[in-house]
Amino acid sequence: MHEAGLMEEALRAAEQAAREAGAERIHRLRLRIGRLSGVEPEALRLAFEALRPGTIAEHAHLDLEIAPVLCRCRRCHVEFAPEDFVFLCPRCGIPSAEVLRGLELELLAVEAS
Amino acid sequence: MTSPQETSPPLKVLHLGKDLLASNRQHAAANRARFQAAGVLVVNLLSAPGSGKTALLERTLSDLADRWPVAVITGDLQTDNDARRLAGRGAVIVPIATGTLCHLEASMIGRACEELDLTRLQLLFIENVGNLVCPASYDLGETRRIVLLSTTEGEDKPLKYPLAFKSADAVVITKTDLAEPAGFRREEARANVTAVAPQADIIELSARTGQGMQEFYLWLEAALVSRSAAAVHR
Ligand SMILES: Nc1nc2c(ncn2[C@@H]2O[C@H](COP(=O)(O)OP(=O)(O)O)[C@@H](O)[C@H]2O)c(=O)[nH]1
Ligand SMILES: [Mg+2]
Ligand SMILES: [Zn+2]
Repeated sequence: MHEAGLMEEALRAAEQAAREAGAERIHRLRLRIGRLSGVEPEALRLAFEALRPGTIAEHAHLDLEIAPVLCRCRRCHVEFAPEDFVFLCPRCGIPSAEVLRGLELELLAVEAS
Repeated sequence: MTSPQETSPPLKVLHLGKDLLASNRQHAAANRARFQAAGVLVVNLLSAPGSGKTALLERTLSDLADRWPVAVITGDLQTDNDARRLAGRGAVIVPIATGTLCHLEASMIGRACEELDLTRLQLLFIENVGNLVCPASYDLGETRRIVLLSTTEGEDKPLKYPLAFKSADAVVITKTDLAEPAGFRREEARANVTAVAPQADIIELSARTGQGMQEFYLWLEAALVSRSAAAVHR
């Protein structure tokens, strides 16, 4: 599990951004988690619960946006959203390796005052 | 109409778009530049615990260390057992104790490299922490990534750990000497690897009997030749 380390990084970045904007309290953190990022949303929530006491995000909401996977076929170059982790092109039926989206691990935004 | 809210400071929405792996990515890029400048092929080995990473390296070092200057960085949770198994085979071994951390990060590799003279090396192996989940997300700046799958651990591993397999340049199926007693369904395993990781080469070998080891060395040699055309991971 490396979700704790990632959450720590998110809280650190959020706190820094909030303070730079002259805010003292974080009300909401919005994260985007790609379906292929290898991160479990539930583990991230648990890490958030464990880490937030005593920080300026102590009473914040955590919004997790799960980003779907988008691939491109290496033969016909069509872009498609696969249903599972076998990325079969809907046109050619061949497996694809190119991942355009779905790997994201991002702190999108912070609401603070 | 006045409300109590008006006296509290206004809510600010700060759009950050911050990549949470950015710091690892920066360290990985620095490592990669350093490896390229030194002309060393760096191979990151990922697998579940016990798939045979250390055994593969034991045999490889014994066979190759007098042909190519080679070193190994081993990541282990608590012990330096793997480093001890690899010692005395003509390679420099740098153990990293990761403590409770379940994967190696690029900054740890950067520090370990301080103990190596990269310009004298041709080949640097990194034995990652035994784990198929977390290490997959951490680019170490390696030139090639290999995922190991042993014949004793189930044909559906690629479907269960897609991220690791998708990031692999090669999948090495280990312990082929145990395939028969384990009832390993070879075609099914290969089909699963190809379905999840169509980009990966597949090599089957046994570090115990030596079967397939030559093919592995040829793969390494080809990678040594085309170092600059390396796949770039996250
Ligand atoms: N029969 C057989 N056993 C192997 C082979 N490779 C590794 N092993 C055994 O599998 C166990 C785990 O191997 P190890 O190299 O420590 O795996 P690691 O955790 O991935 O480094 C050890 O008991 C090895 O002796 C092989 O090719 N054949
Ligand atoms: Mg080992
Ligand atoms: Zn297609």
